[in-house]
Parts: sequence; structure tokens; C-alpha cells
Amino acid sequence: MTRLFTSSFSHIILFIGISIMVVPVWMIFASSTHTSSFIYSHGLQFFIGDSFHENYLRVLLYQGGFFKEITALKMFFNSFIMATGVALLSVFTSLMAAYALVYYRTKYATFLFWLIFVTILVPLELRIFPTYSVMAKLNLVNSYFGLIVPISASAIATLFFRQFYRTVPDELLESAKLDGANTWRFFIDFLVPLSKTMIIAMFIFMFVFGYNQYLWPLLVTSSEQYWTVVMGLKMMSGSIVHRFAFVMMSMVPPVLIIIILQKHFIKGVFQDK
Amino acid sequence: MKKVQFKSNYSQYLFLAPQLGILLIFLYWPIIQTFKDAFTIQDAFGISTQFAGIDNFLFIFDDPAYLTAFKFTIIYSFVITLITGAIGLLLAVQANKVIHGKSAYKTLLIWPYAIAPAVVGVMANYFFSERFGLLYHLFSDLWGFNWYESVFDAYIYVIIAGSWKQISANFIFFLAGLQAIQVSVIEASMIDCKSSFRRFWTITFPLLMPTTFFLIIINITYAFFDTFGIIDTTTIGAPSGETRTLVYKAYMDGFRGLDLGSAGAQSIMMMLIVLFITIFQFRYIEGKIHYN
Repeated sequence: MTRLFTSSFSHIILFIGISIMVVPVWMIFASSTHTSSFIYSHGLQFFIGDSFHENYLRVLLYQGGFFKEITALKMFFNSFIMATGVALLSVFTSLMAAYALVYYRTKYATFLFWLIFVTILVPLELRIFPTYSVMAKLNLVNSYFGLIVPISASAIATLFFRQFYRTVPDELLESAKLDGANTWRFFIDFLVPLSKTMIIAMFIFMFVFGYNQYLWPLLVTSSEQYWTVVMGLKMMSGSIVHRFAFVMMSMVPPVLIIIILQKHFIKGVFQDK
Repeated sequence: MKKVQFKSNYSQYLFLAPQLGILLIFLYWPIIQTFKDAFTIQDAFGISTQFAGIDNFLFIFDDPAYLTAFKFTIIYSFVITLITGAIGLLLAVQANKVIHGKSAYKTLLIWPYAIAPAVVGVMANYFFSERFGLLYHLFSDLWGFNWYESVFDAYIYVIIAGSWKQISANFIFFLAGLQAIQVSVIEASMIDCKSSFRRFWTITFPLLMPTTFFLIIINITYAFFDTFGIIDTTTIGAPSGETRTLVYKAYMDGFRGLDLGSAGAQSIMMMLIVLFITIFQFRYIEGKIHYN
């Protein structure tokens, strides 16, 4: 009896928790399927209305921005390029850097370690104007390169790969060496396949991180051609239901990725097998 | 460190080159520039600069708006850490307990982690809208809520907006921490102690200390840096700059005021705060944690 009681107590708490997470988003979604005048006269809605197609199609295809040059569809494309670029570049560079830190004996080991990891203490927000002026000097403002690379200058994934490599048994390298594998062969044939889960997890982590950037794209793109979805929130105009629809669509890509790949994500980040 | 390694040769630097190259150009160069900015004064057109010593630093300490932002940032990170940690832990403990529907609960609780802070801010904006905001009307019926004028009400607004998605991150990490505790430890404790409440606080919670400690840092970093998008889409610092974080104020001074010297000095102050928190965690908190 007590067991039944404690278990239903748990379910009630969890149900309240889920409601806090789901209800606000659901209400914005439901409201986005009504007309603006209905929202203004009746407030936010719980139930779906009948303007879904009309509102979402208009938001996706409407030429917005100050110069009427960009559609939401183009912003999604830009965000996708930016997020994928950030994820690929940071996973690629971190995977290699962590390998060099863990699998080589050198007297500069401590120096190299600190050179890379002290950067975690200085997030982009703390050096945003100087980073912008560097980008301006290199003529990289208003480009995909400018959106991607400064966000990829992060050692967080390196830290995770380093932790992971350190749990790989020493015997692996010993036997690979006996088989005559050199540093490249060992990296490509042994370590990369072994790190698959970690690579997926870091890819998801950096994809979401890249997609969700707000301040940096706002600063580095003066041309509407490079606007991303999340910064577009600041720029969006139009009636209230169209804004609801844009907000709803803006969260779809990262949320879908987290839901579909959550097992890999959790497996990698917490390294449980 | 590894016992078996390769001897260092040129190939090590080939592996390091891509990351080091990016860090040097896009991170170290701007950091050096930040220090330069912080110790110089630029004229309004950015044509001439002159060495200013610590004038920029003295100036920010004299600025009441800086102290307001400092106070708000401390309160904000403390409250967010407390709220999201407590709710995340409560949900994780319950999710770890239930037998049916565990993975459904997990999925339904972690997805807000993926939503951008700026998106969360815009949504919060709708719930606190004067025209149709549910929470605005609820709170204003309860005590005359008005975030345009009352500092306390504005705090409530940005704390709710800032905490919401961070509950998910706390939940994920606490759940992983709970699942890492060995079943034998829990079983042994069940023999010794009947009260599940006491068992939690004397056995489980101390074993969760490494997770808690990690999350405190994560939450503080979140409140310091990631909430920019939330502040910028909710109160924009209203009323009269009371809900500006340090990052938000530095950005405004640099962008709107074009005062790069002050923005640089503020950035260096924040680096020192982050450094202080990091050293503090290693020195004082890590020593008191039980690892299993």
C-alpha cells in the first residue's frame, strides 16, 4: 500500500514537472493557429484553431527584414549551415587536439594543456567586440565563415574527448604498436571508430550550441542574406500569430535532434555504456 | 596520464594545428585586444587612442549602474542555481524511482534543454504581456504585478524566464548522477535506515555531491553568460537598468555607447570573477566532496 502511494506521488510530481515544460510551448503553438484579432480579444489559447496553414505558410515565405530580402526559409537555411559548420569544425579540431594531448609524450604537455583549456574561462561574450574587430580586419563580416569559426573556437569538446581517451585501456595502443600501426593509423583505424558515441554526442552538443547563438550573429551580420533564425526573433515583424508561428518553428530543429538522438547524447556525455 | 605514448614529433603539432590555429586567431588575438582596449581611451571617432592606465577600471567602479548590474548578476545566478537545482533534483529523484514510463518522462523533461535562451525569452514575453499574458494577469490580480515599475516584479519575470529551460539541464545531470550510484550501496542503506527521507539526505545526496558541484558551476556560467538572450527579449534591463546582467551592460556600453575602453575593462572584471569562482570551486568545494 505504501509502495503504491509513494509511486503515485512520484508520478504526480513528474506530471507537474512535465506540465511546466510542455504547457507554455503548447499554448504558444495552439495560439499560433488562430487569427490575431481572436488572440487579442480572447488571450492565449489551449485549443487548436483553423489558421494553421495560412499562418505558417505566410511566415515561411514572407519577404521580411528591413529591405524585404529574406524569408524565414532562408534563415533556416543559414541557421542550418551555421550549426552544421560549428559542429563539424569543432568536433574535427577537438578530436585531433585531444589525441595530440593524450597520446604524445612531450615536455611541453602542461603548457599545451593550459594553452588550450584556459580558453574555457573566456566565453565569446567576454571578448565580443574585439572578436568583431578581428573579423572586420580579416574581412569576414557577413559571411558563413564569420558566423561559424569564432563559435567553433571552443575547447569544451576537447575536454570531453580528452576525458574519453584517458579511459581507453593502454593495451590498445600496445597491441596496435605491435601490429606496426603508426600515429595516423592508430588514430584513424582504432581511436576514431572507438569514439563514435562521443563524436555523435559532441556533434549534437555543438550543433545545438551553434544553432542557438543569438548575440554573435546579431553583431556579425549586417546583411540580411546571413540572418539566422534565432537572431531573426529580434528582427521579426508582422502580426502576433505570425510571430507565434515563427517562434514555434525556430525551436523545431534543435528540439527534434535532441529528442531523436537523446540516447547517443546522454551516452556520450555521461560515458555510460 | 597514459603509460604508453608516442614520442613527440612533427605529427603531434599537425594534430594540434587546426584547433590551436583557430584559438590563436579567434580567441587569443581578441583577448589581447580586450586588454589593450581596457587600458586605453579612444576618442569618439575612434581615430586616436591614448594610454589610460587603470582609469577605465576606476570609472566602472564609480558607475552606480555597474554596481546595480553586479548586484543583479549575483542575485540572479544565486536564485537560478537554487531554483533549477532544487526542481531538477526533485524531478530526477522521482524519475529514478518510477518503474513505468521512465523513458517517456525523461524525454518529456529534457527537450527544453535544446531551446535557445532568446526563444525562451520571447515566449516568456508573451506570458508576461500586458494584453494577453496569463502570468501577467494572474500576478497582477494577486498583488498588482507591474514589472515596468517594480524591481521585485521585474526580478520575478526574468527569474521565471531564466529558470525554465535550465531545469532540464539540472534534471539530466542529476538523473545521470543517481543512476551512477551502485545498487549495492542503496540496498545496504535500506537495511540500516528505514526512513527514505533520511536515507536520501545521509546516503544519496552526499554521493551526488560531485554532480551538485558541477551543476553549480554550470548554472552560474549559464546565469552569467547565456541569459543575454533572455534579458534582451524580456525586460531589456527595465526598470531603469535593474535587471541588466554584467554581460548585458558591457554589451550595451560597447555597442550603444561605443565605449570600448569601458567594455574591455568590464570584460576583464568578468574574467576575474569567473577565474575566482573556478579557483574557489577547486580549493574549497572539491576538497569536501566524497567521490565513490
